[in-house]
Amino acid sequence: MLARIKRFLGMEAKPKEDEKVPVEKKVPTEEKKVASEEEVEKVAEEKPKPRIGYIHLSGCTGDVMSLSENYDILAPLLTEMVDIVYGQTLVDRWDIPEMDIALIEGSVCLQDEHSLHELKEVREKAGLVVAFGSCAATGCFTRYSRGGQQAQPAHESFVPVADVVKVDLAIPGCPPSPEIIAKTVVAVINGDMDYLQPMMDLVGYTEACGCDLQLKVVNQALCIACGTCAMSCPTRAVSMTAGRPEVNSDRCVKCGVCYIQCPRSWWPMERIKKDTGL
Amino acid sequence: MVLGTYKEALSARSTDKQIQKIAQDGGIVSALLSFALDEKIIDGAVVAGPGKDMWKPEPQVALTSDELLAAAGTKYTFSPNVWMLKKAVRQYGLEKVGTVAIPCQTMGIRKMQSYPFGVRFVADKIALLLGIYCMENFPFASLQTFISEKMGVSPELVEKMDIGKGKFWIYTADDELSIPLKETHGYEQSGCKVCLDYVAELADLSTGSVGSPDGWSTVLTRTDAGESVFKLAVDAGLIETKPMADVKPGLGLLEKLAKDKKTKNQKTIDERIAMGLPVPYKASTEKEDPLANF
Ligand SMILES: Cc1cc2nc3c(=O)[nH]c(=O)nc-3n(C[C@H](O)[C@H](O)[C@H](O)COP(=O)(O)OP(=O)(O)OC[C@H]3O[C@@H](n4cnc5c(N)ncnc54)[C@H](O)[C@@H]3O)c2cc1C
Ligand code: SF4
Ligand code: SF4
Ligand code: SF4
Repeated sequence: MLARIKRFLGMEAKPKEDEKVPVEKKVPTEEKKVASEEEVEKVAEEKPKPRIGYIHLSGCTGDVMSLSENYDILAPLLTEMVDIVYGQTLVDRWDIPEMDIALIEGSVCLQDEHSLHELKEVREKAGLVVAFGSCAATGCFTRYSRGGQQAQPAHESFVPVADVVKVDLAIPGCPPSPEIIAKTVVAVINGDMDYLQPMMDLVGYTEACGCDLQLKVVNQALCIACGTCAMSCPTRAVSMTAGRPEVNSDRCVKCGVCYIQCPRSWWPMERIKKDTGL
Repeated sequence: MVLGTYKEALSARSTDKQIQKIAQDGGIVSALLSFALDEKIIDGAVVAGPGKDMWKPEPQVALTSDELLAAAGTKYTFSPNVWMLKKAVRQYGLEKVGTVAIPCQTMGIRKMQSYPFGVRFVADKIALLLGIYCMENFPFASLQTFISEKMGVSPELVEKMDIGKGKFWIYTADDELSIPLKETHGYEQSGCKVCLDYVAELADLSTGSVGSPDGWSTVLTRTDAGESVFKLAVDAGLIETKPMADVKPGLGLLEKLAKDKKTKNQKTIDERIAMGLPVPYKASTEKEDPLANF
């Protein structure tokens, strides 16, 4: 089964690793990451069929819809490779059980006691907490929330999950592509730390904005006019002018995908070599 | 390995007289994309098509051989081709997309394929990625400076431009002008100064002018997809080849230029890291092979 899924994902051409590649450290808090690595390894080793929970905070259900777009592999993925143990829209269960992986969709409303409570409880009961989608990872468009609306005018402050609890992996995207979701789940099951490293690093990228292209790429003399940012923006907020990204901030939802997808933000050469055989 | 992983190195050119006339070098890019289109290996290709201003390309989804050929020839300025890939899949509904890319663009594409965070169902539709060699690129205003200011020619009159033999050349209907490459220094795109790839190491097949005689290209086949389309085009008589060993200046020059570029740019990377500036690559002290592309 795993072989079929890997084939679907184009992950099978993975030559044996004989040398350990030093992974780039990006996020400042080292201990946090080391702990996460252990957690992922534990999930991979101890539980061949990880128990997965899906937690729906202030999100739109788009991320779990994207997961379900893995039509070809979804049924075997859900029935043979993982156990879905919790999740509104998926499982008829009200109390939060122990789980290996918690996929959290949506940001957290600081005025909503129930959300905060649920999140903290999930953190206690889950081995790995995954910020699933940009709302959970970066706040995304809920960054623009400012309250004043019926029926809860006081509900105004929405923050990424990592602001409130320790997060192990982030899968940004508005929504994340079906492929990256499937690849991540497979990598977790395999304990493929190499593949997951960028997701661990991205946990620290909570203040995302289209303006990062200007600040962190163009201003740093790194932009090379490839257009990858403009391609990846889900709202077409990015266009290219004289070879440089021009961000229409009125369209930007702060998902962070443009900067994450830019080849000059981080560069996973070892993985690309494995994937292409080059 | 300054040329990356490849299966075979050959000198080659298109046998099509029309392509020979309009192409930059051996017309390998145009010939292969047209062939792949005819054979339905791809159903369209993203190329650097003609834009509003002469020599200022616009990325374009080409659906016919005519459109492909209209994009032939090198424009030494930005054409953000990767931008158009999503459009090729979404608006044009292509299932098998071909594209031509300079090394940094192949990096954007390959990264997106390995880590498609936000790019839904595009990665698996890239059917043919042809890479072209690249020493550096220039903002359009730099080109204008070379052509209009330094050589005193209106860009509309230019029929071809080329970099070779230490010079930047332009060809008009009745003239051939050049400036020494020294005079282009300071006008390059600064992002190019940390680029560690000369020969599009991550493409399915890479091609460029260096190593082969005028009118011919040096081809490196890399992946199975690249090798197979090349072999089919050769078998169909659309491309003729010579062993690299039989042509001058040969692979040695290509290796030398690739090494020079990587050495120079790794030094810049080291300097930038020492200054505390962000660079997505490692310092040479952290690398087993200081010329590797990461
Ligand atoms: C900026 C730049 C620098 C280069 N530097 C070198 C070098 O140092 N050494 C070397 O050997 N070769 C270099 N080349 C490659 C070379 O100029 C030719 O493009 C290559 O040999 C292909 O020639 P051809 O006859 O096979 O292609 P053709 O059949 O003429 O087709 C050329 C293709 O390139 C595409 N193209 C043109 N301009 C651009 C652009 N700016 N960005 C992306 N795609 C473009 C066109 O869409 C077309 O499809 C460079 C190319 C560029 C764009
Ligand atoms: S510009 Fe687009 S991709 Fe970038 S953060 Fe804004 S919405 Fe997301
Ligand atoms: S993806 Fe990065 S390098 Fe490419 S054009 Fe956008 S900002 Fe520049
Ligand atoms: S030198 Fe490198 S970064 Fe610059 S345009 Fe060429 S491939 Fe891109």
